[in-house]
Amino acid sequence: MAQLTYRDAVRRGIAQEMRRDERVVLIGEDVAAAGGVFKTTPGLLEEFGPRRVLDAPISEQAILGAAMGAAMTGLRPIAEIMFSDFLAVCWDMVANEIAKTRYMTDGQVSLPLVIRTANGGGLRFGGQHSQSVENWAMAVPGLKVVLPATPADLIGLLAAAVRDPDPVLVLEPKALYPVRGEVPDGELLDTLGRARVLRTGGDATLVAVGAMVPRAVTAAERMAEQGVGCTVVDLRSLVPLDVRTLLDAVAGTGRLFTVEENPRLCGWGAEIASIVAEEAFPALRGPIVRITTPHIPLPSADTLEDLARPSVSRITDTVLKALG
Amino acid sequence: MNDNPCPDVQLELYRRQVEVRVFEKRAYDLFLRNLVKGTSHLSLGQEAIAAGFGTAMRRDDYTFATYRGHAHTLVRGAPMAAVMAELLGRDSGLMGGKGGSMHLTSVEHGVMGSYAIVGAHLPIAVGAAWSAQYRGSGQAAVCFFGDGATNIGAFHEALNLAAVWRLPVVFVCENNLYMEYTPIASVTAVPRPAADRAAGYGLDPLVVDGNDVEAVYGVARAALERARTGGGPSLVEALTYRHGGHSRADPGKYRPAREVEEWLARDPVSGYRERLLRRGIPAKILDDIDTEVRAAVDAATDAAEAAPPPAPERLLSQVWTDGGSSWRN
Ligand SMILES: Cc1ncc(C[n+]2csc(CCOP(=O)(O)OP(=O)(O)O)c2C)c(N)n1
Ligand SMILES: [Mg+2]
Repeated sequence: MAQLTYRDAVRRGIAQEMRRDERVVLIGEDVAAAGGVFKTTPGLLEEFGPRRVLDAPISEQAILGAAMGAAMTGLRPIAEIMFSDFLAVCWDMVANEIAKTRYMTDGQVSLPLVIRTANGGGLRFGGQHSQSVENWAMAVPGLKVVLPATPADLIGLLAAAVRDPDPVLVLEPKALYPVRGEVPDGELLDTLGRARVLRTGGDATLVAVGAMVPRAVTAAERMAEQGVGCTVVDLRSLVPLDVRTLLDAVAGTGRLFTVEENPRLCGWGAEIASIVAEEAFPALRGPIVRITTPHIPLPSADTLEDLARPSVSRITDTVLKALG
Repeated sequence: MNDNPCPDVQLELYRRQVEVRVFEKRAYDLFLRNLVKGTSHLSLGQEAIAAGFGTAMRRDDYTFATYRGHAHTLVRGAPMAAVMAELLGRDSGLMGGKGGSMHLTSVEHGVMGSYAIVGAHLPIAVGAAWSAQYRGSGQAAVCFFGDGATNIGAFHEALNLAAVWRLPVVFVCENNLYMEYTPIASVTAVPRPAADRAAGYGLDPLVVDGNDVEAVYGVARAALERARTGGGPSLVEALTYRHGGHSRADPGKYRPAREVEEWLARDPVSGYRERLLRRGIPAKILDDIDTEVRAAVDAATDAAEAAPPPAPERLLSQVWTDGGSSWRN
């Protein structure tokens, strides 16, 4: 067991897979010689050499296109898009090419590739370097979407993503890069599409992903002090989605709160709310409540950004008020 | 001195062009009969480019094509009946009816896809070439696209990366002077949309008569050889012209009559036939090829028309490698 930061876990996860499988290669801007702008990939160039760890030009379409062409011809690329906002520059590759090609070719083409990207706010980077794009990604048929919230989950889910035969987008909450967590020794391999129940309580279910997970947990701890028991579910993966764990958790409390960093409209919680309303309506004792970033671009000033993203106090206030 | 390709190759170049010509004419007829639905983009008039490259390529080389990709798929040996059935949206189609005319793919024949977002497949071809280089397989990727694609960012990103990594990829711009309806010259800063950009990526400007199948074949061989021997990418601009409109039943009225006449007079297929006859190849041999091809296209059409529509189960299949489309438990 070791204490690792999330950023060190990224490096360890990539290295684990590159050691195991010669077909795994890493491509991205500043990932090789510089070790990544978030310092998530230092030492990989030294260990695996320039054939397998490649600095790319500022050409997001070429980075993802190259990963796709390589994946369909025998490699298992990991492509880094520096900030998830930049996915908009190469969204054609994600939404039209990578996600649709298997279906359009009736399964002739397989695309075992991983896109990793730093997602979400918290670093005061302003509107074009802070967005949470999980709701964009979840809307694309043919793309798997995972959001590991801890260093151990990152390693295990990244490994699962690399070994998955289909394209997987791994959204790394950039606010969590410096956060430490316990990581077991040895090889870690997780399963895509399994949520985790982090704590249980009888009064409300909080569902979160990514950087909102630790906030939901802290909020639950605070509410417990006031005698309100919360079940907290970390979905970990939006596609595939572990609906069973979600429905079980809702059945146990009768109240559902989503904690979402993405902007309000069509955020992932809307789909969750719809599923629960359709399939667990009798279990609900009150309305489903979504706690999200407002439907705005993220502001830069620290005070404003803190107001925008769901905070521990906003979560507790919202839940306590709703429970009455 | 005789620079002509050997006789077998000449006949192959002829046959492949005729195959595309007869197939495309049939596809057009079937479109007018509402058997080919949606849209289709034909290579009538542009046959020499696909035929020249198809003949020069190695069996395991990769083809990346556009929505105008019937020709590029057929010349790699993809079964004509399955291609026709795909156009008709039938169960026996190359992709079971899920791709259609614009997305013909036959991985078994090295056709890694036909892409309908202009320019998108150039970076993807770069990736296949990267993989070939990484694996040391000696394969090359050939990527076909139109003049219009030279003005989209993906073109430039792909050219640069291919050049930086010296990848075994051949970019083939089929300059047919028009995008959909707009002349390329009216929206492009340089007269040769591909060749004039080559220097920006440290490449030679290669322009070839795209209606001369032997000229195309020669350029293709040289570019593939360069790719396989570590010389890096090539950018070829092949000058050509569509005989018909951009797609479907577009009559192409936006093109001046004189221009159309001039290019029709330079028909790659009949022009090559005349050249072979002048070289002393007996007309009977060429006629036999014509007859065989027509019979093959007839048989493919009959088979496609007789085939059932896709099984409904196909709808929810092959989103994922497990064969299904499930996103939840
Ligand atoms: C990104 C994108 N923009 C626009 C279109 C619509 N479109 C389809 S074909 C075409 C013209 C392409 O012209 P060119 O590259 O010269 O190829 P050609 O059709 O002449 O073979 C356009 C604009 C598209 N498919 N993709
Ligand atoms: Mg054109």
